[in-house]
Amino acid sequence: MSSSKKVKISLQGLSKVFGNKAQAMLPYLEQGIDRATMLAKYNHVLALNNITMDLHENSIEVIMGLSGSGKSTLIRHINRLIEPTAGKIIVDNEDVCQFNKSQLSDYRRQKTAMVFQNFALLPHRNIIDNIAFGLKVQGKKEAFIKEMSNYWLERVGLQGFAQKYPAQLSGGMQQRVGLARALACDADILMLDEAFSALDPLIRADMQDMLLMLQQELHKTIVFITHDLDEALKLGDRIAILNQGQLIQQGNAQSILMHPANDYVQKFAADVSRVNILKVKAVMSKTIPALTNQKIIHVREEDTIKSVLHDFLSADAQYALVLGADGQAKGCIDAGKLAQIVNQ
Amino acid sequence: MSWSEFPSMSRADLRAMRQSIDESFREFSQQYGDALETFFDPLLDFLIFSEKLLLNTPWPIMIIVCACLVYLASRSYKMVIGVVLALMSVGYLGMWDDTMRTLSIISVCTLIAIMIGIPLGIAMAKSNKVQSVVSPILDVMQTMPSFVYLIPVVMLLGIGKVPGLIAVIIYALPPVVRLTNLGLREVDKSVMEAAQAFGCSSWQTLTSVQFPLALPSIFAGINQTIMMALSMVVVASMIGVKGLGQPVLKAITNQYFAMGLLNGLAIVVIAIIFDRVSQHYGQRIQKHRQGNLHE
Repeated sequence: MSSSKKVKISLQGLSKVFGNKAQAMLPYLEQGIDRATMLAKYNHVLALNNITMDLHENSIEVIMGLSGSGKSTLIRHINRLIEPTAGKIIVDNEDVCQFNKSQLSDYRRQKTAMVFQNFALLPHRNIIDNIAFGLKVQGKKEAFIKEMSNYWLERVGLQGFAQKYPAQLSGGMQQRVGLARALACDADILMLDEAFSALDPLIRADMQDMLLMLQQELHKTIVFITHDLDEALKLGDRIAILNQGQLIQQGNAQSILMHPANDYVQKFAADVSRVNILKVKAVMSKTIPALTNQKIIHVREEDTIKSVLHDFLSADAQYALVLGADGQAKGCIDAGKLAQIVNQ
Repeated sequence: MSWSEFPSMSRADLRAMRQSIDESFREFSQQYGDALETFFDPLLDFLIFSEKLLLNTPWPIMIIVCACLVYLASRSYKMVIGVVLALMSVGYLGMWDDTMRTLSIISVCTLIAIMIGIPLGIAMAKSNKVQSVVSPILDVMQTMPSFVYLIPVVMLLGIGKVPGLIAVIIYALPPVVRLTNLGLREVDKSVMEAAQAFGCSSWQTLTSVQFPLALPSIFAGINQTIMMALSMVVVASMIGVKGLGQPVLKAITNQYFAMGLLNGLAIVVIAIIFDRVSQHYGQRIQKHRQGNLHE
C-alpha cells in the first residue's frame, strides 16, 4: 500500500554537527566517530549522523525518539530552520539547500507549515489574527484571508473565540489555534514538532483524532515528531525511529512491533499494549491446515489482536480462519498462538 | 624613584600634548564651526517654531490640548484632573512661560532621541557586531560628566538652543537605545522561530512580531529618556537654553531658596505628567498579555 505512494521529501545523507568548526568534523564522521567521543574530543555536538530516508506524500510520517535523539533537529531541516552540515534535502525533486533567500521564503510560505510544541502563538494578536498569520505572510487578499481563517476557526472547534487572546485560552485550545494557523496556509507539508506532547492525555487523544480525521480529507504529507510510541503507532502510516542522531528503523506499526531492528526499538515496543495495535495479519500463519472438527470462527486480516481475542472468547473458539478484504482465506491462527502473543 | 609616586609623563610633555589637542580642535572648530552651524539651522528653526507655538497658544487651549492628550494616552479621568490642576498651579505661580519653553525643548529632544534611538536599537538587536561597538559608546555617553562634552559643543556651536539640545540628547539617548535592543532580543525565541517557519522576511518579522512584542520595553526606554532629558534642563540652561532651568541656576548663584524650590517643583510636575502618561500608555497597549480570563 505505502509502496505505491510517491516520495515527497527525500533526505539524503543528512548530517548536522553543532559547533564552531562543524565542517571540519565531517571527516571524523566518515571514520565513524560516535557522539560521546566527538563531544569529549572536539567539543562539537553530533546531532544527526548520515540520515537517509524518504517521506511519502499523503501519509502521516512519524519520527520518533527520546529527547536528544535529534528528531526536532531533523524536522527543522525540512524547512531549513537549521542548515545541514552535510547532505541533501529534496522536496518535490528540488534541492531545498540550493534555494536563495527569496526562494526559501516562498518555499516556507507555500509548501510548508509548522505546529510547535509550545504553541508559539503571537500573544499580542487575537485568535482569528493568529490563524490568519500564515495567509497574511503569503500576501493573500483580505477577503480570502477572512474567509479561510473563519473556516479553520470553526473546523478546529473554536467558534466564538475569534476575538480572544492566546493567554485567555487553555493549552489544548491554544494548540488548536496552532493547528488552524498551519492548516490555513494550505501547504502540502505539515510539520508537527511534538505538537501534542504538552497537552494532558484526554485532550491529547482528542487532538490525535482530529488530526486523523482532517488527514482523511486533506491528504497532506504530515511529518509528526513524538517521543511517545503509543502516539506514533496510533497516528503513523510509517514510523522512523531515531537514536543518538541515527536512523534505527523505518516502517509501519506492524513491522516495528514484530521485527524490531535492535534492542533499543525492542525496549520501546515492550512498553506498548500490543494487542491494541497489532493486526492479526502480522501474526497469522500463512498455511491453512486441513479443517478438523474444531470450532472455527472467521476474522478479517485488518482486525487487531484485541478484537480477535474478543471473538475467540465470546464464541469459545479454538481456531480462526483469517479472511482478506476479498473474502478469501489468507491464513489462520489458533488459540495457543494467540495466547502466546498476548503474553509476550 | 619611590613606589609611592606613579611614574607619570613630565609636566612639559603633558602640557604640550594637551595644547596640541586643544590647538587642533580649535582649528577644526574655526574651519568647520560655521558649516556645522548651518547644518543645524533646520533644527534651530524647528526648536524656535515649537517654542513659539507653545508660547503663543492661549493658555486655556494649551491646557485643553494637554488634557486631551493625557486622556487619549491613559483613559483615566483622575489623571486628566491631576494634570489640569498641576498646570494651573504652575501658571498661577508665574512659571507658565518657562514651563512651556521647557516642555517644548523636552518634547523636541524626546522626538529626536526616539528617531535616532529606536533605529539604532534595532540595528543593535539585529547584529552582535553593532552591539559590541555601540554599547561602550553608550556607556561613555551616560557616565561622562556632561560638562566635559559641553566644552567641545560650545566651542563648535557657541551658546544657544542647539548646543543645549545636543547636550541633552547625548545624555538622554542611551536608555531608549538600550531598552529597544534588550526588548527586541528578549522576544520569545519560539515565536520568532514560528515567524521564520511561516516564511516571514526579516522586515515582516520585525514589524509584525518582534517590535510589537518589544513595545513595553521600548516604552520603558522612552520613559527613561524623557526623565533623563528633564534632569538635564538645569545643565542645559548654563549654555543658554531658556526655560525652568535658568531660574534654578539664578537661584543657586544668589541663594534664592523659594525661587529654586518653585521652579524645581515645576520641573517635577512636567516629569510626573510625562512619566505617568507614558507608563499608562505602555500598560494599556500590553493589557491583553496578562488577564488570563479563561482559567
